[in-house]
Amino acid sequence: MVPEIYYLVLSAILFTMGALGVLARRNALIIFMSVELMLNAANLAFVSFANTYQQLDGQIIVFFVIAVAAAEVAVGLALIVAIFKSKHSIDVDQMSSLKG
Amino acid sequence: MHFSETINTGFFFLAPWLVFAPVIGLLVNIILGGWFLKRSWGETAVGTVASLASGAAFVVSALLAYSVYANGGHGESVFLAQWMHIGDLQLNWTFRVDSLSTTMMLVVSGVGTLIHIYAIGYMHEDVRFKKDEKRYQRFFVFLNLFIAAMMILVSGDSYLMLFVGWEGVGLCSFLLIGFWYDMDTLGRSSWANSNAAKKAFITNRIGDFGFLIAGFLMFWAFKSFDFNTVFEAAESAPPELILLITLFMLVGVAGKSAQIPLYVWLPDAMAGPTPVSALIHAATMVTAGVYLVSRSAPLYTLVPEAQYVVAMTGAATALFAATIAVGQYDIKKVLAYSTISQLGFMVAAVGMGAYVAGMFHLVTHAFFKALLFLSAGSIILGLERGHHHLAHHGGGHGDHHEEVFDPGDMRNMGGLRKTMPVTFWLYLTGTLALAGIFPFAGFWSKDEILADAFREGYTGVYWLLTLAAFFTAFYMGRQIWMVFFGEPRHEAAAHAEESKPIITVPLMVLALLSIVGGALNLPGLHTFTEWLEHTLEVHAGEFVMSVALISTALALAAIVISWLIYGRNPLKAGQPDPLKKPLGLVFTGMENKWFVDEGYKAVILDNYVRISKFLADVIDWRFWHDWFHEKVIAGTYNWLSNVALNKYADQRGIDAFANGLGEWTKEASASLRRVQNGFVRSYALSVLLGVVLILGYLLLK
Repeated sequence: MVPEIYYLVLSAILFTMGALGVLARRNALIIFMSVELMLNAANLAFVSFANTYQQLDGQIIVFFVIAVAAAEVAVGLALIVAIFKSKHSIDVDQMSSLKG
Repeated sequence: MHFSETINTGFFFLAPWLVFAPVIGLLVNIILGGWFLKRSWGETAVGTVASLASGAAFVVSALLAYSVYANGGHGESVFLAQWMHIGDLQLNWTFRVDSLSTTMMLVVSGVGTLIHIYAIGYMHEDVRFKKDEKRYQRFFVFLNLFIAAMMILVSGDSYLMLFVGWEGVGLCSFLLIGFWYDMDTLGRSSWANSNAAKKAFITNRIGDFGFLIAGFLMFWAFKSFDFNTVFEAAESAPPELILLITLFMLVGVAGKSAQIPLYVWLPDAMAGPTPVSALIHAATMVTAGVYLVSRSAPLYTLVPEAQYVVAMTGAATALFAATIAVGQYDIKKVLAYSTISQLGFMVAAVGMGAYVAGMFHLVTHAFFKALLFLSAGSIILGLERGHHHLAHHGGGHGDHHEEVFDPGDMRNMGGLRKTMPVTFWLYLTGTLALAGIFPFAGFWSKDEILADAFREGYTGVYWLLTLAAFFTAFYMGRQIWMVFFGEPRHEAAAHAEESKPIITVPLMVLALLSIVGGALNLPGLHTFTEWLEHTLEVHAGEFVMSVALISTALALAAIVISWLIYGRNPLKAGQPDPLKKPLGLVFTGMENKWFVDEGYKAVILDNYVRISKFLADVIDWRFWHDWFHEKVIAGTYNWLSNVALNKYADQRGIDAFANGLGEWTKEASASLRRVQNGFVRSYALSVLLGVVLILGYLLLK
């Protein structure tokens, strides 16, 4: 049996990678994917704790997170498409103004 | 039954109506007078209301006199109202009705009523000559106000009530001298009449100052103003104090009764309409001083020194004013100086302690001097009528309007005996009474003063007064010859017209009184002495034949001399006074009132003006305003507000704090604004850092 700490370390590594991706990349799609990575790192931490403590709460929250992430992807991708239509770019640094 | 009760208690309860009656009269005229005057009968109505009010006061006076008589000569005090009670000061409005005050009441209201009636006719013409008919109403309001104030004066039970009336009549005198305030006596536009009014008022204030000091001393020493209290307390008071009180009171007497040195206002007071000159400046108000001394007899009797001063003041005034009267040309000015002179007689009499003689002369003088003044008014109106007659019907004299005509100048008169016969006989009666010719009223009263002076050993006073009596007869003779005899020296005098009965009938009553007035106190009978004995400690003096003979002889001699100078060779138009040549400088002095006014101006007025200018310019303006106010107070204030408060406290303290707060907020927000750069990744970094911080805190706690 793989010790629980391994999962948590993997989760931390994934989260850090996601966070770095959000901060470092300028492509909106990549940032989006990095956010997904962070969400799933959190999911991994939830299910590992759920397994350790033998409680279902963590697993239930993970379902919620997956559902919210799906909804977020739907809205986020729609926004990215709309931005690309007007700016012909999805570079987030070019979206520093609130004006359309 | 009811009548006998009234007899027992008397009519004393009526006393307040002495004042209320004229006040009601003046209120009616104030309220309804304007309405009356719009109607044809308006002037008669206004005059009648005023005369009735004064007449009512006369009826009340007569009833009060009767009550005193029925009461065995003993007076009563009638309490009307509480005025003020402050500490020791207990002041009531109480009427003192005794034989002395009722005598004054009868003279004031009796002569006053006759003059009111006369004024109905006189003012009817006067307002037309002066071209302002609306003032008719005002005249009678003032006249009634005067009667009311004079009644307060003579009926007061304390020095303070007397002073209230004293000031009241002073006010009325001021108002009536300045009645034609916007013109001079000839009707030309000028402030001469108002200046005369102011002169009278201010000169009287000097006298009143003396009276006030006397009053203060009295209250300080005796804690009361009531006559009875003061007289009782005075007997045990130090004589120096009484001397001070009486001498300060003399200053007040000199002001009101026109004695040296304060007489100068009275001649100028002739600027008022003639009824005013007769009522206020001859018959009643100016005698207030004589009344005051008589009323204060218990005080004066205590200090013979004061009596001597009063007597000498009166005697000196009598002679001094009589000499000036000789050199005057204005008919009213002669009478004015004559009034001063006669007041001198009265003051001398009361100063000698001859109160009965003084009061007796006061009464008879009121009759004949009112008669003379009113007749003079009739003459002036007659000349005005003649002048207007000429101006309207003169034909060839088209320039009459341009000529300044003085209807009061005796040099414009002459021969009026023929054109104004009634006035002539009236004036002659007054003249004989004033000159002291047997058996006219003036003979008896003047003789009593002279006899008292002779008997009491006041030799100086006696000779001064005898000499003054000689001059009196002389200037009155001069006036008669100049005015009524000879040929008219002006066309107006040639065309003069006699006055209407409304003017002459009151004069006839006064003439009658001037003839028989002496019967009040005939030698041997002493009616008036016995009457006043109930109030004053006096004794009947016996008739001194030698005194009477000397004064009559001198009076007759004076009239003969005046005939020799003015009657035998009547004055021609434009001719100087025949006395001018033989007397030279002396006559110039008489003509110019011995330059007293000029002397006062040089010694007092000019210096006063200089001091005032110094005070106004240097002290008030330069020191007080420029230096103290502008520099010290305003400067300090400005410095304080500008430098200390504005610059330091406000600008560097409060403003700096408020501005600093704003600046800091601006700077803080400027640096914070840089955080909000719109780059999503920097926001994300902030969120991350925030999460790290919070988690770090939670973990390391």
